[in-house]
Amino acid sequence: MKIVIMGCGRVGGLLAGMLDEAGHQVTVIDVDSWSFRWLPRSFNGKALVGDGTDVETLRTAGIEEADAFVTTTQGDNRNVMAAQAAKHIFKVPKVVCRIYDPLREELYKSLGLETMSPTKIGANVLMNIVLGKGG
Amino acid sequence: MYILVVGGGKVGYFLSLALLSEGHEVLIIEQDSNKCKVIAEDLGSVVMRGDGCEIRTLEDAGANRADLLVAVTHRDEVNLVACQAAKHRFGVKRTIARISNPKNEALFKLLGIDVTISSTNLILEHIEEKLPAHSMSHLLTLEDGNLEIVEVNVLSDSLVAGKKVSDIVLPAKSLICLIINTAKGAQVPTGSSIVGAGDHIIAVTQPEHEAELRAALTGQTG
Repeated sequence: MKIVIMGCGRVGGLLAGMLDEAGHQVTVIDVDSWSFRWLPRSFNGKALVGDGTDVETLRTAGIEEADAFVTTTQGDNRNVMAAQAAKHIFKVPKVVCRIYDPLREELYKSLGLETMSPTKIGANVLMNIVLGKGG
Repeated sequence: MYILVVGGGKVGYFLSLALLSEGHEVLIIEQDSNKCKVIAEDLGSVVMRGDGCEIRTLEDAGANRADLLVAVTHRDEVNLVACQAAKHRFGVKRTIARISNPKNEALFKLLGIDVTISSTNLILEHIEEKLPAHSMSHLLTLEDGNLEIVEVNVLSDSLVAGKKVSDIVLPAKSLICLIINTAKGAQVPTGSSIVGAGDHIIAVTQPEHEAELRAALTGQTG
């Protein structure tokens, strides 16, 4: 699959490396080239410096041919904006959007985005561990 | 009207001042405590500290009874999310977003933001009006009909100079409605009217056909 990832932090970098190793064609975008240190040394995909909320940057990253787009920046609003551009302008078949804020996640899920809230998932996992129900 | 203003910077401040003086009920949502203090001192208790993208903040601000939300922070993505949350979560009828990157205009429209104001485009349009190289300028955008009215200055080397209106090939959904000649004044053209160098053409088109219309009337593609 051709996959574009926006945001190369701990999660974005790790995900990019994992997908690359699994044989996918990965392009990762970040506003700061220093973030690419999170990519594994073995990374064979493309790393592009740019703002993923700008449609031109997305085009350069190959969004028009992409099978999937994942947003993993620290900013919920940036993630939501870029994900909606990918879904509604570029018609990317699979768009996944990370949203920390659970209430905002609910809103965008109801608007048809495929969303993931690490806050909600993390809290649930921790609760289960605390209550001895396993991770 | 009850109007929520997201962002208490310069634009939000002066916008609220004008809206208050017109008798509207206004609440500014601003994150920065110093800005909040200044606004409260100057305009009274019309400011709430918080993030206008947070559902809870909007709830506390009474978004469910707001008639209008205007998002004027300097961040396009913040303005988008504030408008979408207001519209879809609280049923706010009308949302207006300020845009810095003109390329975002299409996305915001597509996502149902009612009005977008791009200061970059506004300034650019004023510059274009003064430059002969840009011989086509916007006069008016009709939001509901997805139509715009443009003015084209016919230069002597223009493709259409000396042509009959019926011989000009226009893009879809475009119409020449007025030809303004310095000597003869404004005339509603017929098919046999001739476009002369120095005339001004007033035409109606759709935003997506604007570039084609420009090319058809001026020969410029940029």
